[in-house]
Amino acid sequence: MTPFTYTTPESIDEAVDKKASDTRAKFIAGGTNILDLMKVNVERPDQLIDIKDLPENTITENEEGGLRLGALVTNADTAYNNLVEQRYPLLSMAILAGASAQLRNMATDGGNLMQRTRCYYFYDVATPCNKREPGSGCSAIHGFNRIHAILGASDKCIATHPSDMCVALAALDATVNVTGKAGQRSIPFGEFHRLPGETPHVDNTLQPDEIITSIDLPAKGFPTHYYYLKLRDRKSYAFALVSVAAALEVEGDIIKEARIALGGVAHKPWRNTEAEALLQGKQAVRENFKQAADIIVAGAAGYKYNSFKIELAKRAIVRALEEAFAHSIA
Amino acid sequence: MDSIFKSKPKISTGQEPVAAEAVFSPVNLKVNGNSYSVQLAPWTSLLDALREYLNLTGTKKGCDHGQCGACTVLVNGKRINSCLTLAVRHQKDEITTIEGLANGDELHPLQQAFIDHDAFQCGYCTPGQICSAAGLINEGKAKTQADLKDLMSGNICRCGAYTNILNAIEEVYKVEP
Repeated sequence: MTPFTYTTPESIDEAVDKKASDTRAKFIAGGTNILDLMKVNVERPDQLIDIKDLPENTITENEEGGLRLGALVTNADTAYNNLVEQRYPLLSMAILAGASAQLRNMATDGGNLMQRTRCYYFYDVATPCNKREPGSGCSAIHGFNRIHAILGASDKCIATHPSDMCVALAALDATVNVTGKAGQRSIPFGEFHRLPGETPHVDNTLQPDEIITSIDLPAKGFPTHYYYLKLRDRKSYAFALVSVAAALEVEGDIIKEARIALGGVAHKPWRNTEAEALLQGKQAVRENFKQAADIIVAGAAGYKYNSFKIELAKRAIVRALEEAFAHSIA
Repeated sequence: MDSIFKSKPKISTGQEPVAAEAVFSPVNLKVNGNSYSVQLAPWTSLLDALREYLNLTGTKKGCDHGQCGACTVLVNGKRINSCLTLAVRHQKDEITTIEGLANGDELHPLQQAFIDHDAFQCGYCTPGQICSAAGLINEGKAKTQADLKDLMSGNICRCGAYTNILNAIEEVYKVEP
């Protein structure tokens, strides 16, 4: 690990000031990803700004009748929070599908959004990687790309976003609240993470001086028909090859509203509102789910080792929607 | 011990070496009810602090990347990977390691159960497995055997003693089949 100084601001404003005045500084909250990346020299901050003890660590009801998750609440405390379990069980299910109990006890909700890809070439400083070192090339496109993207990739980067929690947050239409030198702003979840394009080293739309303070969940939580399906090489403690967060609002067997978000397939949690709109007013049956799945994967492109993900994603979407419809907690 | 305190921090790559006196600062840790004050660099992990500076070598270093669980300790009763956190961040916390679980000569029920069920072969993962199981019991979220397996999946046993490990935990913490 490269040496760094360690600072402990006492307020969000002080944390923002420290970050704004040092371009090589990084925030540390749970630390489970940044310290890992520092050990392999992918991240080499000259200052770690420890925000762990700042007050953004509670879950409260927000003005819109939803919930506000403090950025520093741990993933475990979020997943097991009574209000989250009752009103947003999809979120609990997704969080508990990720990492291990030990990691979830440290990792925070804000940090979950900020985690970097687990592309092996990004982690290996001996190989070119446009995300780690802009302009150096992408080792994955012609390398071993089993875990890589099939949607929204570019010729500069085919990495995926590794989060499970974020897939549920995308499906639930969450909002990310941030504070920077210019003040506060709110970012719709779908606009927080970005596609790689020509600048894959930029994971998201957060500015260098900005910090996530909380995540808002809207009132609608789809607590009765939901499912998070995670497919991976082993049953527990592995990243998704494909995951699907599915949420339905139904009347009898007619779909009033559908939400579908995919993980493990793109540089950001993947949503397709056209497919969701197609299901509106339709019967909750396999044929219709298949049509929605076809729309979602229509533009998918595989590489040498990950083409299997296209068919896998289609089937996973259908199965997740069927499970969501059947998975009724009345 | 003295020679350990005087040793310089390991700096892996890159930049100019940093003078030891510039980076060491006193860090206060409370481990197994005992208070310690040691001079540490900010990049010393909690795991390295326990092993290299406090001589509490029961906690093991496996992967050093949060993937194997061998370094699991309890911080304020919650299980975490001590390799993925910095010692300097835990000065207000109560840390419990495998050395702190027994009550004098009386083994912790999990320790006894691991012996009774022969829940290890080489034993390297065992301190982490036991601390993780203690954290699991504190959490109280495992209701079934499937939950138990899933919630213990952050601890890897390369000898493959999983069946006996799960039996040992079930001896102490009852779940539905």
